Amino acid sequence: MVRYVQEFHDAAAARGLTAAIERITSRSVNLMEVCGTHTVAIFRHGIRQLLPPPLSMLSGPGCPVCVTTNADIDKAIALAEQPGVTLATFGDMMKVPGSYQSLQQVKADGSDVRVVYSPRDAVCMARDNPQRPVIFFAVGFETTVPTIAASLLEAEALGLKNFYLISVHKLIPPAMRALLEAGEVSIDGFICPGHVSVVIGSQPYKFIPQQYGVPCVITGFEPLDVLQGIEMLLRQIADGRAEVEIQYRRGVRPEGNPLARELVSRVFEETDAGWRGLGRIPSSGLKLRPEYKRFDAEETFAINPPPTKEHEGCLCGDILRGVKTPPDCPLFAGACTPESPVGPCMVSSEGTCAGWYQYGSR
Amino acid sequence: MCLAIPARVVQINEQSLGLVELGGVVREASFMLLPDALVGDYVLLHAGYALQKVDEAEAEETLRLLAEMAEAGRAEA
Amino acid sequence: MARRNVAGTSKILLAHGSGGRLSHELVAKEFVPPWANPILDQLNDSAVFALSRDGSGPRLAFTTDSYVVKPLFFKGGDIGRLAVCGTVNDLAMVGARPLYLSASFVIEEGLSLATMRTVVQSMRQAAAEAGVQIVTGDTKVVEGGAADELFVNTAGLGLVPPGVEIGGDRARVGDAIILSGSIGDHGIAVLSQREGLEFEAPVASDVAPLSGLVAAMLAASTNVHVLRDPTRGGLATSLNEIAQQSRVGIQIDEPKIPVRDGVWGACEMLGFDPLYVANEGKLVAIVGPEDGEKVLTAMRGTRYGEEAAIIGEVVAEPEGKVLMKTTIGGTRIVHMLVGEMLPRIC
Repeated sequence: MVRYVQEFHDAAAARGLTAAIERITSRSVNLMEVCGTHTVAIFRHGIRQLLPPPLSMLSGPGCPVCVTTNADIDKAIALAEQPGVTLATFGDMMKVPGSYQSLQQVKADGSDVRVVYSPRDAVCMARDNPQRPVIFFAVGFETTVPTIAASLLEAEALGLKNFYLISVHKLIPPAMRALLEAGEVSIDGFICPGHVSVVIGSQPYKFIPQQYGVPCVITGFEPLDVLQGIEMLLRQIADGRAEVEIQYRRGVRPEGNPLARELVSRVFEETDAGWRGLGRIPSSGLKLRPEYKRFDAEETFAINPPPTKEHEGCLCGDILRGVKTPPDCPLFAGACTPESPVGPCMVSSEGTCAGWYQYGSR
Repeated sequence: MCLAIPARVVQINEQSLGLVELGGVVREASFMLLPDALVGDYVLLHAGYALQKVDEAEAEETLRLLAEMAEAGRAEA
Repeated sequence: MARRNVAGTSKILLAHGSGGRLSHELVAKEFVPPWANPILDQLNDSAVFALSRDGSGPRLAFTTDSYVVKPLFFKGGDIGRLAVCGTVNDLAMVGARPLYLSASFVIEEGLSLATMRTVVQSMRQAAAEAGVQIVTGDTKVVEGGAADELFVNTAGLGLVPPGVEIGGDRARVGDAIILSGSIGDHGIAVLSQREGLEFEAPVASDVAPLSGLVAAMLAASTNVHVLRDPTRGGLATSLNEIAQQSRVGIQIDEPKIPVRDGVWGACEMLGFDPLYVANEGKLVAIVGPEDGEKVLTAMRGTRYGEEAAIIGEVVAEPEGKVLMKTTIGGTRIVHMLVGEMLPRIC
């Protein structure tokens, strides 16, 4: 028995929770899970089938792979294509198509693209190969950013002259605000990302119930966590409450991890960022502070990516906002499949379209 | 957007590097983000870093609540 | 610059070798049509054919496989043991008694003689355990950098007993689905030693010759319809292949599928799904429902079938698809592996 994981798969408890969910669901309700890892968990454990029909789960823009723009992927590819350079990336980004190709294809063409599990691995690569520039493709939300900040500080402490990164990091609360402001889809409650919240705590979501009257529950990722999170949201709705509650109490403290945030703010500062599907959102991204610019790959390497192209017919943007579902897309499962993806929603392991395709819809 | 898993701390050295264990699998981890972690703690591991301690009391409490729901579910059936 | 996606690519990608959908498409589109013949079209683990032109008399099973595993040595085995067992198992999966193997080595200049000797000894031991003889072979040496130390190819010949008809298209509605033991052991054992993803896993590769297990199963029942060893692409890919070949649906039960804690832990850390991780000492059997328990008992009495379990059944709908009841009682579709599995943080 693997502790603190497998106990949260208990079938009897699942039945109890789904019974409770059925009891409190009286009218049509739209809940949005912001985080892509929640989308995967819901599909992987077949949770949709267990929910009563008036309850709809919408997938939001919380897949950092999916919301990375073609322009940013093209930049990473341009960096990788430089001779003598190693581009290190999380596995998640390998198959995502940019305007013309993916990192996987660039690797097949002979560029040195390496998959790492941790940004530390990229720092170690740079340390062990001082003659060779190592560029890290820094993707991820608030859960991952502290790990990159820590790695960069380690590279600095080691005096490395050949470690760089290109930051396309994004922040979740501004995206949630943009969704609410757009008002395109009625959201009755948010399943908030458990591991982002491990870092940021519960405070950053308070504006959502306060300014928009929408309940939030910070939820873990095991199947019982997801079911309990849904149940807590429905109870808020039934009670007429709107608060930020924490379901994932074993991982999330209201104050988050202040040290992690402090390391982040030492290295990064907020900047406006372009999101696939949501457009430009102010203060929703991170860039390196001026004192760390020497680690910025874009400042160091003169790259000339080809003109950005969007893929015609691709509805990833609408899907990321919860406005459309994959079957609405004319390309879904036809021109766009996991082996020949048009947009990132199909190729990302937690992309909405990949989930629908791989795990099947209701 | 975040695979983080609870792993047990097996070893920590002075450079904030150490080992964690999950299901018998042992892996290196950095404790730069969690300097007060102790051997024997359960921590959430993400991309090679420990992000937070698992609050075991809260975990037990959640499990207790879930067990109650399971009972209630059985009573209904 | 024309847009390229994976299907439209003009180059072979690593993903084409991972055993999933792309591998299947490569074979179906690039290899089968130019060489087409009824024996090739069987597309089972081994080709089965009679020696005589009228189809009567003894039937041979014939198969080949190349082994490119890296690292060469891993917990529980090495490329040599893999090369013998993999081919022995492909013969066993069509119900054949494995008899003879060939062994071809493509060696990178500079490989240590000691390494080569260890591999050769390993093959000797595996062959002895499987009851086969290595009767012919070949050696090539290529320049440094061209072969990643060592590639091994084995081809195998076996004899299919009269009356034994086993193939991917023989699953029938109502059949029981039996798995011989835990999944994911081999893939995780190999991965755990790869550079960049190093960790100590208490998991050893399950690489083993299954001819003895199969013999015990066939002795217990004449209703073994399908045998498949879930290698690259894992259990999910094998079940999908069978569902498509037999034009049936498959329903499995997640709690019934044995997974060792170490495999589970490693998969959790990397974001892998054990259903897609390679096995080299396991088989899945599809058996007439009246003989399910009998075959299970026979399997559990053998060395490599001790943890055998009935994990599901063959159904009529949805045709060509695999459905899984999850640990919490939900249902999901289990697709074939697409491309390679890569470690994820999301």
